[in-house]
Amino acid sequence: MEVSPEYAVQMHGIVKTFGSFRALDGVDLDVRKQSIHAILGENGAGKSTLMNVLYGLYQADGGELFLNGEKVSINSPTEAIKHGIGMVHQHFMLVENFTVTENIVLGEEVCGTAGVLDMAKARQEVVKIVEEYGLEVDPDALIEDITVGMQQRVEILKALYRGADTLILDEPTAVLTPQEIGQLIKIMRDLVSKGKTIIIITHKLKEIMSSADECTIIRRGRYMGTVDVAQTNEAELASKMVGRHVNLHVEKSPSRPGETVLSIRDLHVKDDRGIEVVKGLSLDVHAGEIVGIAGIDGNGQREFVDAIDNLVHAESGTIEVKGKQIQNTTPRNTIETGVATVPSDRHRWGLVLPFSVAENSVLERHNEERFGKGIMLDLAKVEEFARGLIEEYDIRPEGCESQPAAGLSGGNQQKVIIAREVSGEPDLLVAVQPTRGLDVGAIEFVHKSLIRERDRGAAILLVSLELDEVMDVSDTIAVIHDGQIVGSFEQGTVTEEQIGLLMAGGGSK
Amino acid sequence: MVTDTGGVSDQSFNQSSWEGLQQLESDKGWEVSYIESKQESDYATNLDKAVDDEANLVWGIGFNMADAVAHSAQTNPDVQFAIIDNAYDESQSNLTGVTFRAQEPSFLVGYIAARTTKTNKIGFVGGITGVVIDQFDYGYRAGVDYANKEAGTSVEVQGQYADSFSDAAKGKAIASKMFSDGCDIVFHAAGGAGAGVIEAAKEANQYAIGVDRDQNYLAPDNVITSALKRVDKAIIEVSTQIEAGTLKGGSNIELGFKEDCVGIPEKHDLIADDVYQAALALSEKIKDGSIVPPMNKDSYDKYVASL
Amino acid sequence: MKTIVKLLRKPIAASILAIAVGFLIAAIVLAIAGYAPGPSFAALFNGMIGKPKYISNVVIKATPLILTGTAVAFAFKTGLFNIGAEGQYVTGTICAAIVGISCDFPPVLQVPLVILAGTLGGAACGALVGWLKAKFGINEVITSIMLNWISLYACNFVVNVPAFHQPESTSTYAVNPSSYTMILPKWKLSEEGLATLKGTPWLYEVLVKTDVNVGILIAVACAILIAVLLKRTKMGYEMRAVGLNREAAQFAGINVNRNIVTCMLISGALCGLAGALAVTGLEPHNISTLAAFENNGFNGLSVAFIAGSSPIGCIFAGFLFSGLIYGGQSVQQVMGAPSDIINIMIGTIVFLMALSQVVPMVADWLERREKGVANA
Repeated sequence: MEVSPEYAVQMHGIVKTFGSFRALDGVDLDVRKQSIHAILGENGAGKSTLMNVLYGLYQADGGELFLNGEKVSINSPTEAIKHGIGMVHQHFMLVENFTVTENIVLGEEVCGTAGVLDMAKARQEVVKIVEEYGLEVDPDALIEDITVGMQQRVEILKALYRGADTLILDEPTAVLTPQEIGQLIKIMRDLVSKGKTIIIITHKLKEIMSSADECTIIRRGRYMGTVDVAQTNEAELASKMVGRHVNLHVEKSPSRPGETVLSIRDLHVKDDRGIEVVKGLSLDVHAGEIVGIAGIDGNGQREFVDAIDNLVHAESGTIEVKGKQIQNTTPRNTIETGVATVPSDRHRWGLVLPFSVAENSVLERHNEERFGKGIMLDLAKVEEFARGLIEEYDIRPEGCESQPAAGLSGGNQQKVIIAREVSGEPDLLVAVQPTRGLDVGAIEFVHKSLIRERDRGAAILLVSLELDEVMDVSDTIAVIHDGQIVGSFEQGTVTEEQIGLLMAGGGSK
Repeated sequence: MVTDTGGVSDQSFNQSSWEGLQQLESDKGWEVSYIESKQESDYATNLDKAVDDEANLVWGIGFNMADAVAHSAQTNPDVQFAIIDNAYDESQSNLTGVTFRAQEPSFLVGYIAARTTKTNKIGFVGGITGVVIDQFDYGYRAGVDYANKEAGTSVEVQGQYADSFSDAAKGKAIASKMFSDGCDIVFHAAGGAGAGVIEAAKEANQYAIGVDRDQNYLAPDNVITSALKRVDKAIIEVSTQIEAGTLKGGSNIELGFKEDCVGIPEKHDLIADDVYQAALALSEKIKDGSIVPPMNKDSYDKYVASL
Repeated sequence: MKTIVKLLRKPIAASILAIAVGFLIAAIVLAIAGYAPGPSFAALFNGMIGKPKYISNVVIKATPLILTGTAVAFAFKTGLFNIGAEGQYVTGTICAAIVGISCDFPPVLQVPLVILAGTLGGAACGALVGWLKAKFGINEVITSIMLNWISLYACNFVVNVPAFHQPESTSTYAVNPSSYTMILPKWKLSEEGLATLKGTPWLYEVLVKTDVNVGILIAVACAILIAVLLKRTKMGYEMRAVGLNREAAQFAGINVNRNIVTCMLISGALCGLAGALAVTGLEPHNISTLAAFENNGFNGLSVAFIAGSSPIGCIFAGFLFSGLIYGGQSVQQVMGAPSDIINIMIGTIVFLMALSQVVPMVADWLERREKGVANA
C-alpha cells in the first residue's frame, strides 16, 4: 500500500526471526488515523510480536516502518513513546500500593523547585486528562483497591499522559467483565473522536465486530489481509484467522447422565481474608454430563473449586466423589480419587513455566512406575509420554517436549494442561475458565475436549465467567450467586436473560 | 612467622611479634615475612609454607599452635622453630619455647591497683583458666596482698573467668557487674574478651588495667596502666640468639623483668606518681630476686603465708 | 561477532567472564597498592599448584567448600536460600567431635559413626529451619542466621565442657585416632612408611606433609549425587517444581511443606558432613572456641554463586575458590601483599556472578549494535 500521511502507522514487509523460527514473515499493517484497527490472529500467530516491533521492544530483521507517512526506526520503547506511541500490556504494569496519580506520573514525575516532587500539580494534570477524555477514575485511590477495569483505564491514562497519539491495546478485554467491555469500547470510541488512533490486539470476534473499523488478520506469522469490518461477519473472520471453517457454536449430542459422581452438600468455605464466601452450596454432577456454573466473578466460584481440590479448608459440609468424602484431605487425595482440574490461572497453578513441556506433562503423575523405577525419574520415558500428548493434542511447535513451557503460546500452554488432565481419564473433570485468553481455534479445541470427555463417561464441571460459553457447552446450567447455587436448568429450557437475572441476585430459588 | 587466627593486625601479640620482626628487618637486614592463619587447620599448612620459603627460623605465635609447631619441627629437622607463650615438656633440638613470667608485671599492676582504689574493691577478669592465665591471676592477687600489708589496707579482689579469649560481650558483662558491685579497678587477662572489660570501664567511668600491650589508647581516661609482655623484644632477643648460635634449640626460656621483657608503661597520668615510683622500686626487687611473685595457686598460698 | 554473541549466551560464559574480570580487577588493585601484578599472580599460581603438596592442600581445602557450595546450590534450586550453611557446618563439627571423643570403636565402625553424627547434626539444623518455614511460614533466611549464632555459641559451650575440654587450650581433645579419615594415617608416619615414601618424593610430600584424606572423594560424589537427585529422580523433580512454582506444585498434589523440610534437611546434612570430614580428616581433629565464623559455610554461598547453582559446577568452583584462598597466602608471603587483595578478587568474582544476567545483555547489545551497523 502507498505510504501516506493519512495513515498513523504503516508497517510494510516486517520480518522477525527467533533463531530458525520465523515469527513474522512479511507482515503489512496500515492503520488509518483516527480509527480503531484490530489485529486478529490465533495465539502464537505473531500479533504481539508485531506490536512489540512497533513499540521498539523487538528489532525487526526486515521491513519498513512509517509513522504519519515518514520513515522511522524505533529501537526502544522510549523512542516509541517519543514518537507518540503508547502501549497497554495485557498484564498491567502498575505499582499496587501507589495511588492512581502516582502510577500515572511514575517515571515522568512533576517536579517543583529543587527537584521536589510536586504531587499537587501532578494530580491537577492527571485530573485534566481524566476530564478531557472522560475516563472516570479516582486519582487518589490505591491501585490495589480498584477494579481491573479501572486499572486498565489507569494504564490508558499513563500512555495518554506521555503524549500518545497512537495507543496499542494488547488483549484489552481478556480480563474484563461484560459490562466493563462495553465501557471500554465506549472509551475507545471517545478517544478516536478526540483524534487518537487505536490498535487492539484481540482474538474475540464479537468485540472486533462491535468496535473496530478495520481488521488485519495474521496467521502463523503471515499477512492474511485487511478487511473492512462493516463488510464482513464473524464466521468469515474466524475462517480467515484459522485457515479453515470454524464452528462458532458447539456441536454435541444430547447427554446421557449416569450415576452421581460429584455430590456437594451444604458446603461452607471462607476466603483468605476469613470471610465466608461459599454459604451452603449444594451441587450434583453426574457421569456423562457437563454442568456449567454461571456467575459473576467473586461469588464463591474459586473457593468452592479450591475446596474440591483441597487447596482450602472447608468450614462445614461434605464433598463426595463417587461416594467417598474427600473434603479437608489433601490435594493428592483429590487427584487420586479421580478428579482432574484445569485451573483458572495456567501460569500460577497449571504449569511450572521453566520446566519443559515433558516435565509439565507428568506434573501429577511423575510418581507412577512407568516414568521410572523406584525413586528414579526416566526423562526419556517422560518425553516419550509427552510426545504422545503433543501429537494427540496438536501442541505446537512440533517437538516442543524439551522446550520450556514458558516459550509456548497461551493456547498451547492450555493444551498441555488439558492433555495432562485428560490423559489420566478422570471420573470428574473440573474446568475453571478453560478458554480464558484463548483464540477461536483454541476455544473450539477446548470445548471439543470437554465434550469428548463427557462422551467417554466423565462428569464435567465447567466454571466460567463467560455466559455464552456456559450456555453453549453445558448440559445443565447452574447459577451461582453469593456462595450458593440459586438455580439449575437443563440446556435449552432457559434464556440468557433469566440466567443473567439470577446471576445478579434477582429472583429466588 | 605464622600468626594464629587473630591475624597480624590483632593489636596484641601477633602484631607485637610482627613489629619485632620488622625491627629485625630494618636493623639487621633480615628477610622477614608472615602468613596469617584463618582457621586452626591452617596452622600446619602455613608452617609448611614458611619452611618452603627457605626460612631459617620459623616463629609460631600463640600456645594454640603448640602441637602444630612441634609437629612441623619434627618433620623439618633442618629448620629452627620457636613459639611464643608455650613451653614444651619434651625437648626437640630445633624447637624453642618462649614464655613470660607474666606474674611479674601482674604483681606490679596489682600493687598499683590496691594503692589506687578508693572503694577497696578491685576485680580480675581472666580468659580461660590455665597455666598462662594463672600467672596473671595470682601475680595480681599477690601484688594486692603486698600493698595491703604495706599500707595496712584491706583491698579485696573479685575474680571471674570469661571462658573465652574472644567474647568481648561476655568480658563487658562481667566487668560491668564488678563495677556495679563496687569495684573501681578491673584488671583483665582475657585477650579479645578484655576489650569488653575496657569498654565497660569506659561506660561506668571507672578504671581498667590492660594486658600484653599498653592498652591505654583504647580508653585514655580509663586504662590506668597495663601488664606488659614485650613480645617484640622477646622475638628480637631470641631470634638474634638463635641466629648467632648462642642459643641452641631444644630449650624453653622464660622471660621476665630480668630480661627486660615484661613491665608497665611509663605513661602514668592516671595514677599517683609515688605509687608509680614505688611500683618501679618493686620491679627492681623482683629483678634481684628479693620478691618472687607467685605463678599458681600453690605458690600463691605459700606466698600469702610468708607475708 | 556472531560467534561471540553465541558464546556469551552460554551459561558458563558468565562464570568464566566473571573470573577473568575478577583477576583483572585484582591486578589493578595490586598495581595501585604497589605490588607488581605479574609476580603476584605467579606467586598465587605457584602457591596453588607449584608443588604436589600445594595441590594436595588445595584439594583438601576444597572439600568443605564443594560440600557447602552444593548444599547452598541444592537449596537454591528448590527455591530456598540456605544462608545457614555456616551454622550447619559448625554443628557438624560439634557432633562429630563429641562422638569422636566419646566413642572409640574400630575404624570400620568409628569412622562411619563419627561422620554420621556430624551429618545428622547438620541435617537436624537444616530440617529445623525447613520445618519452621513449612509450619509457621518463618523466613528461612532469618531462622538460619539465628541458628548460625546458636551453633557458634554451642560450639564454644561444648569446648568448655570439662569432659571434652583439653586443659591449657581453647580447644577440645582431639577425636580418637580411630575416627581419622586421612589416607594411611599411621603407616605414613611410621619408620617403614617414611622409608618407603622417601623413594617417591611427590608421594612423600603429599602424604606426609599434608592431611590428605578421603573427604574430597565423598564431596565430589555428593555433588554428583545431588545433581542426579535433582535431575533424575522423582524427589528431585518435586523439589524443582516446588522451587520454581510452589502453587502449581501444590495444585499437582505435591506436598510442598514436606519438600521444603526434606530439602533443608539434605542441604543441612551436606554442610554437617563437611564439618564432620574436617574433624576426622584434618589436624587438629578437634573443635575450638570460635571468635568469629571460619566461613566454610559462607564461602559455600560464594561457591554456589560462582557455579551458577549447578551442583557439578560447585566442584569446579570449590577448587577455584580453595585455590585462590590457599594460593593467596603465598602472595602475602612472597610479595608481602595483604591477603585482603585476594579477598577483593574473590569478592569481585562473586559480585560479577551476581551480575551474571548482564552477560546475556551484553550479547543482546552486541547483536543490536551489529544490526545497527548492518542497517546503516
